[in-house]
Formats: sequence, C-alpha cells, structure tokens
Amino acid sequence: MFSNFDFGVIIRALPYLFYEGMSFTLMLTALSALGGLIFGTAIALMRLSGLKTLGRIAGLYVDFMRSLPLVLVIFWFYFLVPYIGQWLTGASRPISVGAFASSLITFIMFEAAYFSEIMRAGIQSISRGQPAAANALGLTYAQTMRYVVLPQAFRNMLPVLITQTIVLFQDTSLVYVLSITDFLGAASKVAQRDGRLVEMYLFAAIVYFTISCIASFGVRRLQARIAILR
Amino acid sequence: MNYHWNWGIFFQPNPMGTGTYLDMLLSGLVLTLETGALAWIIALITGSIVGVMRTLPSKGANWFGFAYVEFFRNMPLLVQLFLWFFVLPELLPNSAGLWLKQLPNAPFWTAAIGIGFFMSARVAVQLQAGIGSLPRGQKMAATALGLTTVQVYRYVLLPMAFRIILPPLTSEFLNTIKNTAVAITIGLLELTGEARSMQEFSFQVFEAFTAATLLYLLVNAVVVTAMRFLERYVAIPGYITGK
Repeated sequence: MFSNFDFGVIIRALPYLFYEGMSFTLMLTALSALGGLIFGTAIALMRLSGLKTLGRIAGLYVDFMRSLPLVLVIFWFYFLVPYIGQWLTGASRPISVGAFASSLITFIMFEAAYFSEIMRAGIQSISRGQPAAANALGLTYAQTMRYVVLPQAFRNMLPVLITQTIVLFQDTSLVYVLSITDFLGAASKVAQRDGRLVEMYLFAAIVYFTISCIASFGVRRLQARIAILR
Repeated sequence: MNYHWNWGIFFQPNPMGTGTYLDMLLSGLVLTLETGALAWIIALITGSIVGVMRTLPSKGANWFGFAYVEFFRNMPLLVQLFLWFFVLPELLPNSAGLWLKQLPNAPFWTAAIGIGFFMSARVAVQLQAGIGSLPRGQKMAATALGLTTVQVYRYVLLPMAFRIILPPLTSEFLNTIKNTAVAITIGLLELTGEARSMQEFSFQVFEAFTAATLLYLLVNAVVVTAMRFLERYVAIPGYITGK
C-alpha cells in the first residue's frame, strides 16, 4: 500500500526540517518554558502573598488564560503585540515584531498561567515550619523565598514542570495557524510544495512522538529517584 | 492607539449573506459546542474502557492500555488531526479512502473523532487514578460477596471512581471544548474560526476576538456551574465533599 509513496522526499527535506523547523520549535519551547517559569513563579507568589488585591489580580489572570483556547490566545497576541509595541515606543504606526518574538511572548504569557499553578502547589507543599524557622534566623521575606522555600518547591515540582514543558513542546506546533516555519510548519510547507502530505505528516508525527516519549520516560525515572530521596 | 473601534460591526450584515456578523459568531459557537459534545462522548466511552483495562489483573490488557495512552499523549493534537484528515484516507483501500474524502462535513467528523481520541487518553489516566485511589477492601469485599469482575466494576468500583474524579473530569471537558479551536487548521468554522474570518472580512480585529473571548468565558462559566451542581448531587456520603 506504500507503493505510490516517495519517502525519499523526507531525506531531501531533512536539513530544512531540522535546521529551520526543529531549531525554531526547540528554541521557542526552551525560552517559553524559562520565561513562563519565571513569570509563573511571580504570579504564584502574588497569589500567596496575603495581599488581597494582588492575589485577586493574579487569580483572575490565571483563570482568564486557562479558559481560552491556545489558538485564540495566539491570534490575540499576534494582532495585539504590534499595537503594544507602538504604544511603548510612541511610534506612529503599529510595529512589526516578527514571528519569533510574537510567538515567544504568546507562549510565555499563556504558559505562565499553567506554571504558576504548579509552583503554587509546590510552595504549598513546603511545611509551615520552614518559613517560620527562616524567619527566626532573621531572614527577610525575600530571602526566605529565595533561599528556603523556592528551591525546595522547585525541586518537588520538577517532574510536573518537565511534563508541562513536554505539553508546551507539543503545543508550539499550533503556531502553524500563523504560517510560521516551526517543525510542523516546515513539514507542512514541504508537504504542500511536493504534494507529499502522507509522507511528511507521518514523519512529523513520528518525530514528535519519539521526542515526547523519550522525555516522558526521563520524567518517570526522575520521579522514581526523587521518591527514593524523600 | 490609533485603532478605529466599531462595536456596531456585530449588527452589520456579513459578506456571506447569512445574517449579521453576530449570527456568524453564534453559528461558530454552536459548532464549537456540537464538536465538543461529540468529542466528549467519544472520549468518555473510549477513555473509560482503556482506563478500566489499565486496572485489570490481565497483563495484556494493562499493556494495551499503557500503549494506547502513550500513543495518543505523545503527539500534538494538531498532528493527530492531520493524520486523521490527510493521511488516513490515503492509507485505506482506494474506495474507502475516496468515500472518506467525499464525506459531507468531513472537518466536523474528523475534528470530533480526533479530539475525542486525543482526550480519551487523558480520561483513561484520570479513571485509572480514581480506581487506584479506592481502598483495596472494596474490591475484596465485592469479590467475597460473589460478584463477578464485571459486576465488581459495574456496581462497586466505577460508581465510586467516577464520583471521585468528577472535578478533574470537569477540567478535561473544558479542555475538550477549548481544543475544538485547533480544528480551524482543517477548515472547521467553529468559534475561533468564525472570529478569524470576521476579522479578515471586516478588519475589526479586536472586536471579533473580544466577542469570541466573551463567548468562551460564558461557556466556561455555564459548564463550571452545572458541574458544581452535579458534584453536589452525586457526592458520596462520608467523604470530605459528602453531605
């Protein structure tokens, strides 16, 4: 049944798929995970700060982001970011920010909502005695968070954080709706140019599957190691 | 911002001649709900079967459940939809493939089936965790009473497990509805798709996406409220959430 398929098209497209496509996907995933983690931790701290208004703003942000489909959020930022750029720089017309910057901002803002819930659970998993002891040692609030609570919270939540990053890695394929050349975008451009949809989409599926499988296998091993240590 | 706001745009006729722009968005909303509902039915049925298989004593069933979940969880939803939409018809025998390609409303059926199977892996994991969280004694007591394995699941384990996992199932249901937006890539004009085409026709970007956003928030609010009532209705007496 594969007689009229041409799998050579994959070999010919490999440099384009990986140098152009996969490097974009991996770069976007890594930077979004990092930015989402930093921003998400800030949101989690806001929610747990005890300041009512701050907590409510953070809660609203998280609920809002989590009730919208990612595709809609991608469109929102794609059209909104040029206007925000114009407003920030005082330019006379909307600024073009480019595909990478626009999608990076989108994913940082979107994933922050998910990462913040993970970090919140992580911070809440630390026993009350820890910040109390840090307080007794004379550490300030910032120092308590920086040296005592966050390192432990981060470590407890590491498997979940990585799992969320795997989800993020798969979700970056949605920049397809902006015709960006990420891995799937590259595969789909070759597929449409050469009329080889079956070969290219099967190959893309296998690549995504393999990478995610290896990563989730790693998470399971990590989980087992952390479980022994505690 | 030198953007030309025009909130009256919703009441102007759309270029398709199917009424106003608002009608366009509402028909998208209906399609979103229909796709989400069908996908959820598929996800719930398949997910329950696979979830139960993962808890059965049979090694083969365990292995199948594990492979099923890993298969559907480790590929982006978008790629899965492409596989169902572009690849499957080519791999089938000619006549079946042709029939599939000529199916009316192909994007709708593809999206519902694709999203349904994608979400079924998540339902299976939740159900497995729910069954796993029940005390061992329940299964033992049921077996001691002379119930068969089918009866143990039917009358004891599943009614308990489904009630315990109702809150995470609510989030999965909401995720199913949100995931229908991905179907824009195979040409399904659901809510996000209609907002996108409204933006392309009218150039009123922010009005179109604001309306879509509000409609998604509305759907969320309705689902969450309804599920809260359901949770209270099926609460297990004696548990923290019980009466």
